[in-house]
Amino acid sequence: MLNKSKILTLFKKDVLLEVRQQYSFYGILLYIVATIFVLFLAIEEPEKEVWNGLFWIIQLFVCINAVAKSFMQESKERMLYFYTISSPVHFVLAKLLFNSLLILLMTALSLILFFAFIGNPVQKLLPFIGLALLGGWSLSLVFTFLAAIAAKAQQNAAIMAVLGFPLIIPQLMLLMKLSNAAFSASLTVHWVDVILLVALDLLVGLLSVILFPFLWRD
Amino acid sequence: MKKIWWKILCVVLLFYTIIGGLLVKIPNLPVLGETIRNLFFHVGMWAVMMTLFTCSVVQSIRYLSKMNIRYDIYAHNYASTGILFGLIGYATGALWMNYTWADPNAPSYSFSTVARDPKLIGTAIALLIYFAYFILRQSIPDIDKRAKISAVYNIFAFAMLFPTIMIIPRILPSLHPGQEGNPALNFKDVDSTMRLIEYPAFVGWTLLGVWIATLKIRINLIKEKHFIK
Repeated sequence: MLNKSKILTLFKKDVLLEVRQQYSFYGILLYIVATIFVLFLAIEEPEKEVWNGLFWIIQLFVCINAVAKSFMQESKERMLYFYTISSPVHFVLAKLLFNSLLILLMTALSLILFFAFIGNPVQKLLPFIGLALLGGWSLSLVFTFLAAIAAKAQQNAAIMAVLGFPLIIPQLMLLMKLSNAAFSASLTVHWVDVILLVALDLLVGLLSVILFPFLWRD
Repeated sequence: MKKIWWKILCVVLLFYTIIGGLLVKIPNLPVLGETIRNLFFHVGMWAVMMTLFTCSVVQSIRYLSKMNIRYDIYAHNYASTGILFGLIGYATGALWMNYTWADPNAPSYSFSTVARDPKLIGTAIALLIYFAYFILRQSIPDIDKRAKISAVYNIFAFAMLFPTIMIIPRILPSLHPGQEGNPALNFKDVDSTMRLIEYPAFVGWTLLGVWIATLKIRINLIKEKHFIK
């Protein structure tokens, strides 16, 4: 049922569109830079809890803005065309893959900017970078599926936030708890929590594959 | 008027709950005291809320497999009745908490610590999910599309809710009894005479919730009868 080359073709299509119409990519980039710069002007050298909270909230909003367009950019006619040439499972997996890569890139950028502008209170650098990437990936998966729902409802990004915030609270709380451990030398990062996060990501992926075919047909 | 027996059972059980719940001899525990009688009312509300939300998801799954608008009416009426019972559960919990947890000398400070309780956050997430479900429904004018998209969201959100209820107690400390699972359901928590009231109370409240939901469903089925196959 799963055909890797078809998923890859759809994925390449998304990358190609992004490379040709760079306004959205640079738009998100500017969004990150502007937000972090405003933060830099507003507060200097925040406490580590504040740093942690701000980092994840900004990640959340960057993710909503970056992922929102992924289904809305496809016009109705183009969706009909995809409907004839591909299967919904391939389509949604390609979108999940593309958005994951986009958010991983954005997370890396905002990490660098946070370290540059707002200071670096992190004690365990490598585990925190890993956590930030894992967290970005989790956010991107949940919001990709919600973007599909919002696009079908012909709504803007605001409804994505309304639908997504209650669902993302547990993952954000787990991430903040784990990254608090990365901020102090005495606490340890619990592997069970990391495995729990990965398991949640797999659950979201599975649900997307099961439920997207219902959204796809009109 | 067929299948009336469960409605009679519901009324009988609720009379038994209210009369028995106020008269039964309770173990007079420190801090809790007489407020322990709230157990028959407060915990019952959560049982009803989760039952109704589960019914709502089952109807959403049935909608996606049969594509009959009737199941969508079932699903959203179960969900709205579930929200009602969730809010009543909050109200009874707030009253109870006022006598047991809150520090009378610093009410605002103690509120912020109490509101971080995992059970409260879990329920807040459940209620937010179903409020979002209704906002999503309002935003789609087309009936079939609304039914399909909201069914998909209902299933997705419900499947994410269960890990949530498991995860959050791992993160936060709690004052709420029953840290390791469902409070008041295991045999160690509740005195044996109280259990004689507790379980009939759960059944009675759940039947009441389903009764209210079925009445709402019947009204909506009549309102929408031109659309139903």
